[in-house]
Amino acid sequence: MIAISILNRLVMAAVTLFGVALIVFVLLRVVPGDPIAMMIAPGASPADILALRAKYGLDLSLPAQFGVWLQAVLIGDFGTSISLRRDVLELLLGRLPATLELAFAALIVAILIGGTVAVIGTLSRRTPLEPAIDATNGVLLAVPDFVWALALVLLLGVFFPIFPLSGRIDPTLSIDFVTPFYLAESLVRLRLDVFLDVAAHMVMPVLALALPLATVITRILKEALLEAMVQDYVLLARLKGMSEIRLVLQEALRNAIGPALSLTGVQFTFLVGGTVIVERIFSYPGIGNMAIDAVINRDLPLIQGLVLVFGAIFIVINLVVDLLAAALNPRLRHG
Amino acid sequence: MAEPITIAAPVAQTRPPSRVKTLLTQPKVLFGGGFILLLLVIAIFAPLIAPKDPLEQDLMLGSLPPAWIDGTEPGYYLGTDDLGRDVLSRLLYGSRIALFVAFVSASLAALIGTVLGLLAGWYGGWTDRIISRIVDIWMAFPPVLLSILLVAVFGSGVHSVIAAIVIIDWTRFCRVVRAETLAQAQLDYITAARTVGFSRMKILTREIFPNIVPVLIALVSLEMGIAVVVEAILSFVGLSVSSDTPTWGGMIAQGRQLIHHTWWLLVAPLAVLFATVLAFNQLGAGLRRALDPVMRR
Repeated sequence: MIAISILNRLVMAAVTLFGVALIVFVLLRVVPGDPIAMMIAPGASPADILALRAKYGLDLSLPAQFGVWLQAVLIGDFGTSISLRRDVLELLLGRLPATLELAFAALIVAILIGGTVAVIGTLSRRTPLEPAIDATNGVLLAVPDFVWALALVLLLGVFFPIFPLSGRIDPTLSIDFVTPFYLAESLVRLRLDVFLDVAAHMVMPVLALALPLATVITRILKEALLEAMVQDYVLLARLKGMSEIRLVLQEALRNAIGPALSLTGVQFTFLVGGTVIVERIFSYPGIGNMAIDAVINRDLPLIQGLVLVFGAIFIVINLVVDLLAAALNPRLRHG
Repeated sequence: MAEPITIAAPVAQTRPPSRVKTLLTQPKVLFGGGFILLLLVIAIFAPLIAPKDPLEQDLMLGSLPPAWIDGTEPGYYLGTDDLGRDVLSRLLYGSRIALFVAFVSASLAALIGTVLGLLAGWYGGWTDRIISRIVDIWMAFPPVLLSILLVAVFGSGVHSVIAAIVIIDWTRFCRVVRAETLAQAQLDYITAARTVGFSRMKILTREIFPNIVPVLIALVSLEMGIAVVVEAILSFVGLSVSSDTPTWGGMIAQGRQLIHHTWWLLVAPLAVLFATVLAFNQLGAGLRRALDPVMRR
């Protein structure tokens, strides 16, 4: 049963990815302007242009073009970036790890902040602190990552210049990285100075990405915790003399985590989407920042690759969340 | 089809007259709505209110700090940018693009989403299946991604920004309206309307739709908040209107670039953007609370 359900979800993920690919293809074929026009060197002869059209398969019918394109994409051939004149897949793989490190760090920070505030809010129920937390959180819920990022620039970059404002690493510290995962690699190689520098560069973008998610987690988790706190099993544990903190952390949290999880998953995809603008603001060299340049330069092959990579990330996140939810919820496990 | 029965009076819709009053007692609606109204007045009368021409450059008066910091010139309350343009005037003019995008894109998204949502929720069957599937696929596309793609397709400019927002966010309306329609269709007054022989279309437009309007208004307000941010982001990266038109996003980009030099250039537009987003959000949340019978309890 579990195997079938997992298989089902995998098939759905594949279908969705195919849909994404189709939309990308269709949308980028209706782009006004000839994609070839941007590639030809000045003074190219009509024969050159025809050859180039044939090379990119633009002389075929649209369905045939989609077939050719899909085949190429499936083997990782995303073409060559027009603006950067390099293989798109190579560019993507070089930049993706920076974004992944950023997004996962932000996810962890968001869970820590959101979880802590939710627990504090639950512990302080029926005190003046609780409405204060609710009101503040209610206002902060409206603040998007873009605004957080710029507020952090002012606060931690200008008024209290603690953290570096842009980039991923101090160029003088750049050791010969074997992988593009600077944060993980510097830790594994025990280069604490490098690790701290990379981490310092990440503080502001991570916070900008994490805070919107943290406010959502706080709201959902606190609601679920409050609901769990009035259940019989909590009452029983309380009668046994368990302290309030342990009640919340050990009894209520375990049961409240399910509903919070699936929402966190959906919100995590928004967080990953947020890397686009946040990386831009902090000149962080990830795929988000690259996406904006690609759009400004109308670099269609690169845009295609980026959208597919982002799409794949989102689909994987959704898949993982579905599976986690199934694993955590005994009722869903047999569904 | 049977001959439609004509009846003298339409099925009564109970609409408590005190609704406007209830709305104004909601502090969220009052403050949020008040701020938006103020902004609207500013946007419309910007040429009369703005102390200076927002495009007028004066390099002799470049990078002036705001009035409360030393070394400023009288008349430039929020200082000037590096080209000597008055920040306050640019901020006031910037509200025009922000509100224009907010109103137009939210209304269009609401229109498309509502029509499709009503059809899906009311007619069910294949109509519903097709529309719901499209919505699912649409929502699998994260907004940021789709906007990248759409702006790449449409090119930059304020119309592309509006088109992108509408194409991405009509699903928000469609989903809610569909669910509301389904819920309304279960209620007794619909059965009553059917019994007296109203056509399906008539029930949808005359009976169901008016009952969805309150939820719709709240959603539109929230959507406007989103649209303001999207416009700011796109003008921040230079994909919205041309760079000489004053926009909050454009001013933020300028402030970010000159952050070590003239940080106040970032503070003013960021504060206004924040206040606007918050106002739309509070207004939407307040309206929802006041108008939604489920949440009112």
